[in-house]
Amino acid sequence: MSSTLAFLGEFGDAFDYIFHSRESEAGGARVGGSELLPLLWTHLEVTALAMGIAIAIALPIGLALGHTGRGAFAAISVSNTGRAVPSVALIAFFVAFFPRTPEFWNVTVALALLAIPPILTNAYVGVRQVSPEAVDAARGMGMSAMEIVRSVELPLALPLIFGGIRTSTVNVIATATIAPLVGVLTLGDPITAGSVHGRAGQIGASIVVAALAVAAEAGLAAVQRAVTPAGITLERRPLNRRLQTVP
Amino acid sequence: MTRLLALLLACCAIFVAACGDDEEESSAPQSESTAESSGKIQRNEDNSKVQLTIGSKNFTEQKVLGEIYAQGLEAAGYNVNKDLNLGDEKTALAAVKSDEISAYPEYTGTALLSFFGKKADELPKDPQAAYEEARSGFEKDGLVAFPPTPFTSSNEVAVTQDTADELQLKTISDLKGKSQDLTLYGSPECRQRLDCLLGLQQVYGLKFAKFVPVDIAQRHEVLTSNRADVSIVFTTDPQIQREKEVLLEDDQGMFPPYNSTLVMKQETADAAGPDLEKTVELLQEQLTDENMQELNARVDLDKKDPAVVAEEYLTETGLIG
Repeated sequence: MSSTLAFLGEFGDAFDYIFHSRESEAGGARVGGSELLPLLWTHLEVTALAMGIAIAIALPIGLALGHTGRGAFAAISVSNTGRAVPSVALIAFFVAFFPRTPEFWNVTVALALLAIPPILTNAYVGVRQVSPEAVDAARGMGMSAMEIVRSVELPLALPLIFGGIRTSTVNVIATATIAPLVGVLTLGDPITAGSVHGRAGQIGASIVVAALAVAAEAGLAAVQRAVTPAGITLERRPLNRRLQTVP
Repeated sequence: MTRLLALLLACCAIFVAACGDDEEESSAPQSESTAESSGKIQRNEDNSKVQLTIGSKNFTEQKVLGEIYAQGLEAAGYNVNKDLNLGDEKTALAAVKSDEISAYPEYTGTALLSFFGKKADELPKDPQAAYEEARSGFEKDGLVAFPPTPFTSSNEVAVTQDTADELQLKTISDLKGKSQDLTLYGSPECRQRLDCLLGLQQVYGLKFAKFVPVDIAQRHEVLTSNRADVSIVFTTDPQIQREKEVLLEDDQGMFPPYNSTLVMKQETADAAGPDLEKTVELLQEQLTDENMQELNARVDLDKKDPAVVAEEYLTETGLIG
């Protein structure tokens, strides 16, 4: 344990684990410090791919449902059911029924499925809450349905859509910690294999995952601010702030 | 929390495995019968005065062993009670010392590591030496350890029949020069265990393309689904026979012996007379790796009761009946 952090007790040891590699609990393997980098990389890879797949599926469906105004019941039901499925069960299901697919893809697809509901619901609600006058005006200007979605509804719904993406990203980052149970070594490895990494590893990796989630949340908030048109930001500021707290 | 997750996952895996087995049952070969033993247990009415309680730890193999000892000793005329499912080795040993039970089966390797403070790298590689060491350890506590079973319940390196044929593998040493292209699956602890990945690296000098730690419940599934080329399994796992896996011979003696030995207080053993040791030896004679796999399979895969499986063993080997 590094002496400067000794006063923090177990937490000090956990920080030491994060920054310096050490012998595993029973010896024989190196853990912590730079050994965490491949785990971090896999964690980011799984998260990014899962979010990519989820957005590619959920966003168009959410926009279409919101635009047509039909299927609200379906969208909300699917979302709520989706949230009730435990992530471990989903990952175990994929590994059990697609044993020949590499574990990495099984985990990624399972996480993508978990990420879909918040994005879908938020996209749907986001488009529905666009003022009908704005859509009417666009239609009056001769815009096609595609153009209305792209130039009016999507920009106006962006704050809510990003709210969904941020929620999902944080979910996926946290849930990716159970991937090691099926052999994908993410930052969950020190947490699930406590007998190898020790308590310092468990706490240390948890700290890294928490930091990752906070960073993703803050990063996406910055992206959201950057891509939201200035007019909307001004006009919608009070509403925007309230809606961001919607999970 | 993580333990809960692991448990959930294990449950799911077991549930799914159970579903899978139903389909295979029809195609699986009929369970092989266990070989004849050299003698039959003789009933001695004098023994009925002796009251014995046989205990066991809380997993399949232990329960089967407990039942075999209990039913066998009953056949020899003893008055036998059972208290199977006692928890871990520390609980079981405490139960023997406090006379809660008279005896339970313990593995030599476990006894040395868990009771007698041996380090993993100090374990003897010879089964007889391990037994002798465990026996003298128990002796100091006033306990007697009966001669061990032929089977050992340790880690093993398993490959599928196809992999074994293709790469011509018989021993672990045969992996040399081939392991760099192979993926090894094992428990997360495997990375730091001398009877696992660490031993394969240090004793055999093997390097694998990849080591993937998974939950222990998946150790056979990863082989059958071809995700793993090599997987660390246990000697007496029932899936080995049923799924035609090949265990590579530990030609350099990396796995410490985990033969099972019946542990009992010296005074209980003295009071029980000479028939006790004779019966135990007869009972253990046919407890080979293969037979133990088969017995575990009947409980874990065929969902039979350990008591029924033990009775089948005794009848099939001609010990009773």
